[in-house]
Amino acid sequence: MNVIEARGLTKRYGDFTAVDGIDFSIRAGEAFGFLGPNGAGKSTTMRMISAQSTRTSGQLEVLGLDTTDHGPEIRAQLGIVPQADLLDEELRVIDNLVTYGRYFGFSRKYCRQRAEEMLEFAQLTDKRKARVGDLSGGMKRRLTIARGLMNSPRILLLDEPTTGLDPQARHLLWDRLFRLKEQGTTLVVTTHFMDEAEQLCDRLVVVDHGQIVAEGSPSELIRRYSSREVLELRFGSGHNEAAAEALEGVGDRLELLPDRVLIYAEQGEAALEEVLRRGLEPLSSLVRRSSLEDVFLRLTGRSLIE
Amino acid sequence: MSTSSASSASSAAPASKASPTTPLAVPGGRPRRGWGWWYVAEHRMANVRSFWFSLLLIGLGSPFIYVMGLGLGLGVLVDRNQGGQGVDGVPYLVFVTPALLLAAVMQAAANENTYGTFGGFKWSHWYDVQYQTPIRPWEMALGSQVGVLLRNTITTGCYVLVVSLLGIAPWWRVALLLPVAMLLSVAVGFAVMSWVATQEQDRGQLGFIERFVTTPLALFSGTYYPLSVLPDPLQWIGWISPLWHAVELGRWAMYGAAIPAWLLAAHVAFLALLAAVTGCLSAATFARRLDR
Repeated sequence: MNVIEARGLTKRYGDFTAVDGIDFSIRAGEAFGFLGPNGAGKSTTMRMISAQSTRTSGQLEVLGLDTTDHGPEIRAQLGIVPQADLLDEELRVIDNLVTYGRYFGFSRKYCRQRAEEMLEFAQLTDKRKARVGDLSGGMKRRLTIARGLMNSPRILLLDEPTTGLDPQARHLLWDRLFRLKEQGTTLVVTTHFMDEAEQLCDRLVVVDHGQIVAEGSPSELIRRYSSREVLELRFGSGHNEAAAEALEGVGDRLELLPDRVLIYAEQGEAALEEVLRRGLEPLSSLVRRSSLEDVFLRLTGRSLIE
Repeated sequence: MSTSSASSASSAAPASKASPTTPLAVPGGRPRRGWGWWYVAEHRMANVRSFWFSLLLIGLGSPFIYVMGLGLGLGVLVDRNQGGQGVDGVPYLVFVTPALLLAAVMQAAANENTYGTFGGFKWSHWYDVQYQTPIRPWEMALGSQVGVLLRNTITTGCYVLVVSLLGIAPWWRVALLLPVAMLLSVAVGFAVMSWVATQEQDRGQLGFIERFVTTPLALFSGTYYPLSVLPDPLQWIGWISPLWHAVELGRWAMYGAAIPAWLLAAHVAFLALLAAVTGCLSAATFARRLDR
């Protein structure tokens, strides 16, 4: 069953087209991702899904309801984790959850109990009386997720969930999101981190300039648009271009970046042997598995993070 | 911080525990609709809780100091020069007390709505957060106003108590100031909100409201002297000033100032109409601004 259906979804601001006629459907219980660089239209798409932004044209249904006519009804069943946490810094941790729960019309008693449960889930029980301003970035993010869960949502929308967090905080957050997925919550995630997309998403669309350029599971996309392995070579600044000419024909495909040369091949080590056989001497070489970063580079000719 | 192992997550949780996706099995889990504006007001009051003492001190202290200063100082001078006639037939202290209270209410309503509304969009992002929930834009505008009204009602209530205890007028007459103050708070509040909500950037123009609107209104609305003292070409200011309409009602309440019934009705109608029109404008601006 699809919980979100979009056909020809478009959002224009004056002359600028932020989202350019995209189609996608999201199934109940899956973790779906929008992967793309900043400014690709991901957040705008999220705002249209949560009926916070009226589409310019196309169709969009969330939980069987048209977003233009049923904003409050749709939002009653959504959990929203915005890019900036937007927590109430003046209130204590627990009160942030209680006041938010009230917005959905739950009784005070219910909100307090629910807030305790969600704090436990977010591993913030010992911070319940703390001021929000005193929390670390990772704690604030988990509190924002706990807030988004106050109404037991059927779909949780996460806009750039781990941007700005350190590696440990990211893993802690991903762990919480995995649990939600296991319990059957539909997750919709935007990210410009390919590792996040690989970690979290069952299925994703790659977006660029407001359009969908590819769709599939992370492994499908890698298989379809990249080779199994990648050989990364660095020849030092100013020497990569000359080296790239001499590397013609090594591996399946070659990509020249300002700081390195990428060679796509089934066998990275074999490709490296060929490079050395041709008498080239890279300053460093690295063989790794292909990632979504390579998919994005292939599809758009640009890196995700610029 | 400990992360429990993955195995404990997949094992069945105790029946009493709710998962993040299923509601708790306790009463009150069924959402109540139609009260969104009240939850907004509630949140506003929750924020007031952390600084209620200074709020009360300012809200109560400042009109009290004015009453003392003007009533006991300026009042003596005025009464002496009026040759025992008083102003509008009553001692100056009685004449000026309702006006001082109402001027303070206007000032508080304007301030709260200036920085509360602008901040709700730009600083605290309250409205953005509320817009993630079923709360509708008109409920945000109304709820914010009710929050300011509750605050103003509390400080007015204390002021009424103090004035009653000082014996300036019978308590039941002073108590009639309360509904007048509430009406004024909502009328001025929505009027300010309807303009501030249209402002996207703070370039210092927010301060204009206090400097060029509420302060002049306080000076030219028959607050410290009857409007009739002003030269005719300036008296129109009173008619467009919500404060003047409220002050007239306040004087009628406090000492039974001689005002014909139709004029009293006109004062109430002016304030109610101002509140209704600017309230609708505010709600429309909120809706337009939030839908990006």
